[in-house]
Amino acid sequence: MPDPTDTTLRAATIAVLVENEPGILARVVGLFSGRGYNIDSLTVAPVDETGRISRITIVTTGTEMVIEQIKAQLDRLVPVHKVADLTMEGPHLTRELALIKVVGKGENRVEALRLADAFRARVVDATTESFIFEMTGNTDKIDAFCALMRPIGLAEVSRTGAVAMARGPGGLKA
Amino acid sequence: MSAPSTQHADTTPLTMSGAEVVLRALKDQGVEVIFGYPGGAVLPIYDALFQQNAIRHVLVRHEQAAVHAAEGYARSTGKVGCVLVTSGPGATNAVTGLVDALMDSIPIVCLTGQVPTHLIGNDAFQEADTTGITRPATKHNYLVKKSADLARVVHEAFRVARTGRPGPVVIDLPKDILINKAPYTEAPPEEQPHPSYRPQTEPDMGQIRKAVALLKAAKKPIVYTGGGVINAGPDASKLLTDFVRMTGFPCTNTLMGLGAFPASDPQFLGMLGMHGTYEANLAMHGCDVMLNIGARFDDRVTGRLNAFAPNSTKIHADIDPSSINKNVKVDVPVVGDAGRVLAALIEAWKEDDAQQDREALASWWRQIDAWRAKNCLHYVQSGKIIKPQHAVKRLYEITRELGRETFITTEVGQHQMWAAQYFGFEKPNHWMTSGGLGTMGYGLPAAMGVQIAHPDALVIDIAGEASILMNIQELGTLAQYRLPVKVFILNNEYMGMVRQWQELLHGGRYSESYSAALPDFVKLAESFHGVGMRCTDPDDLDRVIREMIAIDKPVIADIAVDQKENCFPMIPSGAAHNEMILGPGQEGGVAGVTDEGKVLV
Repeated sequence: MPDPTDTTLRAATIAVLVENEPGILARVVGLFSGRGYNIDSLTVAPVDETGRISRITIVTTGTEMVIEQIKAQLDRLVPVHKVADLTMEGPHLTRELALIKVVGKGENRVEALRLADAFRARVVDATTESFIFEMTGNTDKIDAFCALMRPIGLAEVSRTGAVAMARGPGGLKA
Repeated sequence: MSAPSTQHADTTPLTMSGAEVVLRALKDQGVEVIFGYPGGAVLPIYDALFQQNAIRHVLVRHEQAAVHAAEGYARSTGKVGCVLVTSGPGATNAVTGLVDALMDSIPIVCLTGQVPTHLIGNDAFQEADTTGITRPATKHNYLVKKSADLARVVHEAFRVARTGRPGPVVIDLPKDILINKAPYTEAPPEEQPHPSYRPQTEPDMGQIRKAVALLKAAKKPIVYTGGGVINAGPDASKLLTDFVRMTGFPCTNTLMGLGAFPASDPQFLGMLGMHGTYEANLAMHGCDVMLNIGARFDDRVTGRLNAFAPNSTKIHADIDPSSINKNVKVDVPVVGDAGRVLAALIEAWKEDDAQQDREALASWWRQIDAWRAKNCLHYVQSGKIIKPQHAVKRLYEITRELGRETFITTEVGQHQMWAAQYFGFEKPNHWMTSGGLGTMGYGLPAAMGVQIAHPDALVIDIAGEASILMNIQELGTLAQYRLPVKVFILNNEYMGMVRQWQELLHGGRYSESYSAALPDFVKLAESFHGVGMRCTDPDDLDRVIREMIAIDKPVIADIAVDQKENCFPMIPSGAAHNEMILGPGQEGGVAGVTDEGKVLV
């Protein structure tokens, strides 16, 4: 039972299966802004063969009571099928895809390639003075890679935000 | 953009227009009355309305009033209220009513016109992003873009509005969808589940048994119920009465829950909350086990949260899981329909062998009686000025004496609280007020909706002179449909609740709260083909009330009341239940209002 006096914040990765209808994303985002909840990242795409069901992955931060509220409020939306708090419901995987542009010459280029290799980032575009790296990983790994690239010419970052899934044979179904 | 007949799966030619399909679906959903106002985008529906007799249309004078009227209709009948407005300003005017219905969980289906699909997004004449604007104002909303979806969407809207925690639903209808031919499909059977919307109505018996075990062992119990019991239908109120009587527990109702438990019952403590009774609030503060059914721990009820019923174990039954643990941490959550929860509680109470602590309960009642003896609603009517409390009390006593079925609506402010305090309700669905949103201008149109549903009943809007002006144009609707609604104005020439807060919290600086340049309400009533009366003398009050009731026409009774009267008891914002301010001449813990409290509304 959440304790209202507990002000400890925790991160939560919430997976939401929704009916893929116009305005559903606005409903979810509006709920977060209207009730003052945080969105750290949000991703959405259809996930079934007919394109009828979309999966939204939301990473948010709040007190236990706020996170419980977020889940209850999401579940209350008419087009929402399922809400799962992956952070609470056992081990899960989180991945993000990032495209990272690094601009530089000489030793910096060599260093960028060396670090990319260590982080298993792939070069997907190269010019004589730039690279675009593609990498997947959890949020921390991409954060760490970007931090290392900053002094050697980090020019642009594009990230998808987290997608996540519970480990093991169980599946989240509408 | 003509309707391609290929939209229809079989080959029978489509014979009905979209507008006709909408009306057929409304009829199949049991709609008898629709409150609305025409305009360009909904002309096809008005044309179809003209050519049928099943659904009666009531023409209001402003779209906000259409929604409030539908709310009054819904709340007094238990049916879904239905509204029809045009695109753009029609829809935006309806928004206040929609939020009002959302906050108070009133089932409404509101049809809004929209510009034709090919013009959406082009800033067309009378275009507004209605689904965008009403998304946070409704339980759910729809924009119909395909004729094939039309009937299904209307049926689904009624289901969503009526079931679970009820609320308003908007269906935005582009004009081409209304004009083009569309297929009609019957409503799916109730038992066929919706793919994603499945409100839980049956409570978990394990939780019910836990609740009963706590209640049986309680030494200082209290039952606190809200609008959820009213929404669960009259049977739920009956079950509540049975349960409270079989347990011997004290019972208090929220503003929205009044009427669920008979006001005349000795186990009733009156309303609780900011202007609730001394005994109800202190019993809440001192209880050891609290049973909340269908109320949401609203800030008007709880006062300062960290001082709310500090030594109690809390059981909370609500149909909306998001209401549980939102403001107040509870120990036994129960998700379910209030009526089903009460039936289950009664059953489990009978099955549980444990004995109640009768001794403790008797001593709890002695304590409550001591609080009651404070007589917190006492006032003195003396001299030549009418006390507003006295006006409401006499209105109540005279209507009770006459024995006619009486419905009360209110506007918002001091008069609303006095009505809640001094008018006793024995039955549910006879009290309509704007609780959550606090919408001035609610009462007159709501009364209109009630009178449409109950043509022979006595319907009275207890109003303030400021609130009534917010939807005064509806006097025209009353005249047109010969609705004998009575408007009982407690006229203190101030926005009384604003004035009260300014007196108590802002050093008596009455900034913009004086009702200057008031109309002559007698002439106003007459100009709208009604009867106007004015009363300034306490000795004349009964005569005016009796005459008002006897007239079979709309009446405005303008009652001049004490301008300085404040509404007590009062828990100032930011204070706890045991820090209540009582009226003059009554001692009580007078709370200092802190700056922190001042921030709160």
